Amino acid sequence: MKIITFNIAMISYLLASLEYFIYLVYRKPGVSILATSTVVVGLISHTAIIALRSQETGHGPYTTSFEVAVFLSWLVVVIYCFTHWRYKIKDLGSFVIPVAFLILLYAAFLSKDVVNIPESEFRVLLTLHRTLSVIGFAAFAIAFGLGVMYLIQEKQVKSKKLGMMYFRMPSLESLDNLIYKAVAVGFPLFTLGFLTGAIWNFKMSETSIFSLDLVAIWPLIIGWILYGMVFFGRYRMGWRGKKIAQGSVIGFVTVMLSIILHV
Amino acid sequence: MAESNLVIVGVNHKTTPVELREKLAFTKGNIEESTEKLVSFPEIDENLIISTCNRVEIYARVNDVEKGIDRLKKFICDFHMIPYNMLDKHFYTFREEETVQHLFRVSASLDSMVVGESQILGQVKDAYSLAKSLQTTGLILNQLFEKAFNVAKKIREETGIAESAVSISSAAVELARKIFEDLENHTVMLVGTGEMAELAAKHLISYGVKTVYVASRTYERATALAKTLNGSALDFEHFKSELHKADIIISSTAAPKFIIDKEMVQAAIHERKNRPMFFIDIAVPRDIEPEVNDLENVYLYDIDDLQSVVNANLQEREKEAELAMGIIQTEVSKFNNWVDSLDAIPTIVELRKRAEAVRIQEIEKTLKKMTHLSDEDKDNLHLMTSSIINKILHKPTLNLKKKTQTTEGRTYLKAIRDLFHLDD
Repeated sequence: MKIITFNIAMISYLLASLEYFIYLVYRKPGVSILATSTVVVGLISHTAIIALRSQETGHGPYTTSFEVAVFLSWLVVVIYCFTHWRYKIKDLGSFVIPVAFLILLYAAFLSKDVVNIPESEFRVLLTLHRTLSVIGFAAFAIAFGLGVMYLIQEKQVKSKKLGMMYFRMPSLESLDNLIYKAVAVGFPLFTLGFLTGAIWNFKMSETSIFSLDLVAIWPLIIGWILYGMVFFGRYRMGWRGKKIAQGSVIGFVTVMLSIILHV
Repeated sequence: MAESNLVIVGVNHKTTPVELREKLAFTKGNIEESTEKLVSFPEIDENLIISTCNRVEIYARVNDVEKGIDRLKKFICDFHMIPYNMLDKHFYTFREEETVQHLFRVSASLDSMVVGESQILGQVKDAYSLAKSLQTTGLILNQLFEKAFNVAKKIREETGIAESAVSISSAAVELARKIFEDLENHTVMLVGTGEMAELAAKHLISYGVKTVYVASRTYERATALAKTLNGSALDFEHFKSELHKADIIISSTAAPKFIIDKEMVQAAIHERKNRPMFFIDIAVPRDIEPEVNDLENVYLYDIDDLQSVVNANLQEREKEAELAMGIIQTEVSKFNNWVDSLDAIPTIVELRKRAEAVRIQEIEKTLKKMTHLSDEDKDNLHLMTSSIINKILHKPTLNLKKKTQTTEGRTYLKAIRDLFHLDD
């Protein structure tokens, strides 16, 4: 059952990605509706994976790497659905759903063994760390999709070579505002997640915070700094446009790398 | 295949020079007079006139195609008092399904001077509602035009034929809408009062821009233009210090050198905290230093850039027009099927089938209850019910065949099809 739901979700996201892409290129109205319906099928199945898994393990989806990846991908799709419904950006799916698919594909190669976190007074910290971080990452995934769209559109308008994408993409200003909104949601959560994680690590190991595995942690710190720059740069210094978009794209790649190394 | 007896006689921008077209145009009053006169000719059953600045066309259903076409040509010449031999070479004519295809192309704006422009559909709709109110159209033309509107809508939705801007000022507006979220809360500044700048500004205002500044070397001109655009005039010396307030700057002065340079824009964008700026330079020689485009969040288009956007868009429309032709072919054959269905024979066959289906259903219900009947009795029942149906349908069948030889035949067929739901 778990395998079936997992496969349905993964295949749905792959199909939806292709459908969104077909819509992006050929603009057949029915395909857009089909793609969104496929995402919904995937999401239902995906929710079932998490529910079944939680029933089996007796705790939320944040203990093993597999669980975290499945949960992250799920949140990306949930936030995507919200954005789709709220802001009606037609082609965002072409850039975000493939990310959800790739995360799930990555999860497919991870160990599916059930692990129980040892009882300790700090367990709540770990739960907080993982939940907050994952919600933050999911918001970053949306900012990534928007950032890619921004960079495509900016290039077209700036170079004065208005190709097919020019007609497909929404306005630069609206993309820019949405990127900021997504980062403004993601960054504080990510920061809190980062802090709770650091405290947990410190409490558990009873040693200094600097004893962390640096190889695993450096992309995370770079990602955090990048998003901090995007967030405060826009908020305090009026950075806009390309810088913000580039920051949100590179930031996401870095953070994804850190997940692979860290969790 | 059934014949629709549809024809078109017309002239358009491709076949006829404007000097002649304007002589052939029909005013609204003219059309009322003409269509009513046309119906009174025995050759013509239904008719409709479309008259725009690019085309004059009479659509008609006639009872003899060639005679009908001659009648229409003569009518146009007589009505406008132009000798037949002078006009004849300019006329184009369409017959039967060519008519259907032509109307679909016209209303989807594939036959327009600027392919994809939206005006023509409105004009065809107006012509149709006028003809309909005068009752000069009937079953076939009504169906044809209703269908044409659906096809036009479908093409607009499924192809990019009307997607891109094909004039300088609309290309500028389109770009502005791809840069800014909503034009309503944005500000336009005109530097110089050129005609094209005014046109572009009006276009932007129609898309919601509320704040307009006008700067010109002659303050009176600035004031006058500001008044027509509902904006405010700026002293020419001051526009530079106000530059940061404008989101869209349209420059059209006669200055021999650049009047807006990179440094100036850099200062403005800094002052604006990097909110994007869109410069449209339609002056020749140019007003704005081209390097301005290198600044982040600043976009500069000069007249050549806009023209090449327009050219690219026109090419794009031609490509989309091919897609649209595919849709039209399918729809033309659907329409032909509908015309065929109006023929007497298939309608009679379907009517009989429908009656037979009801008979079988009912008799089986009855026979199930009457299990004591012998096979012979059952056969007799079948015979009896069949002959009831044949008797009932005999006269209508004969009459229908007879009526379809006449002009009102199709109305009868349509009535039969509607009453018995044969098209479901």
